[in-house]
Amino acid sequence: MQPFLTLVRRELGSCYVSLIGYVIVAAVQFLLGLSFVIVVRALDNKPFDVPVTEAFYNNGLFWLVMLLAPPIITMRTFALEKFSGTYETLMTAPVSDLQVVLAKFTGALLFFMSAWLPLLAYPLLLKRFSVDLTQVDSGALGGTFIGIFLFGALYISLGCFASSLTRNQIIAAMNAFVLGLGLFLVGYLTFILPTKPGWQSAVLAHVSMIEHMKDFTRGIVDTRQVVFYVSLTTLFLFLTLKVVESRRWK
Amino acid sequence: MIEVENLTKRFGGRAAVRDLTFTVKRGEIVGFLGQNGAGKTTTMRMLSCFMPATSGTARIAGYDVFTQAAEVRRRIGYMPEGNPLHLDMRVREYLKFRARLKGLSVARSRERVDIVTEQCGLGDVANKVIGTLSGGYRQRVGLADALVHEPELIILDEPTKNLDAHLTRTVRQLIKDVSKDRTVFISSHLLPEVELTCTRVIIIHEGVIRETGTMDELQRKMSSSQQVIAEISAPVPDLREAWEHMAEIEHFDISASEGSFHRCALTPRADVDLRPQIFELAKSRGWQLRELTRTRHSLEDIFVHVTKREQEEN
Repeated sequence: MQPFLTLVRRELGSCYVSLIGYVIVAAVQFLLGLSFVIVVRALDNKPFDVPVTEAFYNNGLFWLVMLLAPPIITMRTFALEKFSGTYETLMTAPVSDLQVVLAKFTGALLFFMSAWLPLLAYPLLLKRFSVDLTQVDSGALGGTFIGIFLFGALYISLGCFASSLTRNQIIAAMNAFVLGLGLFLVGYLTFILPTKPGWQSAVLAHVSMIEHMKDFTRGIVDTRQVVFYVSLTTLFLFLTLKVVESRRWK
Repeated sequence: MIEVENLTKRFGGRAAVRDLTFTVKRGEIVGFLGQNGAGKTTTMRMLSCFMPATSGTARIAGYDVFTQAAEVRRRIGYMPEGNPLHLDMRVREYLKFRARLKGLSVARSRERVDIVTEQCGLGDVANKVIGTLSGGYRQRVGLADALVHEPELIILDEPTKNLDAHLTRTVRQLIKDVSKDRTVFISSHLLPEVELTCTRVIIIHEGVIRETGTMDELQRKMSSSQQVIAEISAPVPDLREAWEHMAEIEHFDISASEGSFHRCALTPRADVDLRPQIFELAKSRGWQLRELTRTRHSLEDIFVHVTKREQEEN
């Protein structure tokens, strides 16, 4: 356990002492602030029949953050260590491969979640300045955070996997982004293809992340979706572990 | 401490190292010598559990490096080639991180970090960012990292690579200091390096061990060509006659030196030491003798000899 915690601390530390960490945090804040302004403008003009959280998630900027931040956060995890050679000192220390993979994943996920923390201030602002206090429901807010966490976990694990495959951070980020975008766009098929009864549409509906997030932002935490995210995250972590172990059988 | 048997590593079809067999005893400083691409780093990576061998076994302190890697890793301090470090961390912070990673408790890691900082002369730069340090200091940080958990065995891969003469000397002294109570296995392609620090040498060439032994043993192996130099004040014909009558001398060469002295280079026939005989001869004839030495082969000679033999065989 001690090596794991030490490594998590190191991962977090490397995010917070590097310029790139603050660039990510600043970019996330900027984009979220922008979407907040958009939501507030929308609230201003006409009556609103959906929860604020849903309106908030349902714009491009939110997804831009979701899809862009994880590849940039995770691109350094393995690629940089391999590039600089510290991978060798790490892997010859008394730590197991699993500990390394989990620590890098946990560190990146914690950093990702910390970038979303200021989001908690937005509902408070809304509550302070809006007349209708029912606008912000704490259940919906909790659901939104659970959604962000699950989605983040999946995309961070995917980023770790992409990073473990290469020595080049840029390639790692590109791979992670393309893989992640592909996974995300699968959900769009539900909008494009005509819905007809049958298993195809059912499968598509189940993997649509936009649909998932819609539920989360309404405060609905569906076990099926939790299982979907957790199992995919586990899959990518498993693949990362195998890549890390692969130096033993190459 | 290290027992290696028939260790082989193949990359694709090419064997990087073939059938290595050697042992390193506790307390020894062993130099692992070879040209670039001879298989030094590959061997060290296998010993440090970074990658497995294709076949063969290696044991460190009695633990197998493949099946008991965790035990082995706890017992070794490994500094890879090029000494990679986290350049964004501060020296003390980095050493603490490494100590904790290697399983030391908070109090113990603090204590050990203090000790190795002192030992490696890092006191002045303890709070500096590693990326801003000079090569010599970085090398010391790498060494401090290898020492921080008090390993029984230190494996250093090219520790003085890319350092200038002065820094090389400092680092070499550091290695000598820390090797007092532990085993050191050090690789290098620099011969003087190994000659000055190591008690025993293993010469590897193209993935195969060519020669192994202490410096003295290697000297003896080369001794068929071990010349004796004598500077004697005597007429050349007398000298010529004396050497021709000495049965043990296979070949001699006389050249003039300063004054009335002549420099004689004498090659013995077998593994004999000519020096006592020459001294006796000079004494009985009343010749003045001002120098009598046996040429010692430098490691460089031995190395060139060993690797040339290989090339000739090919």
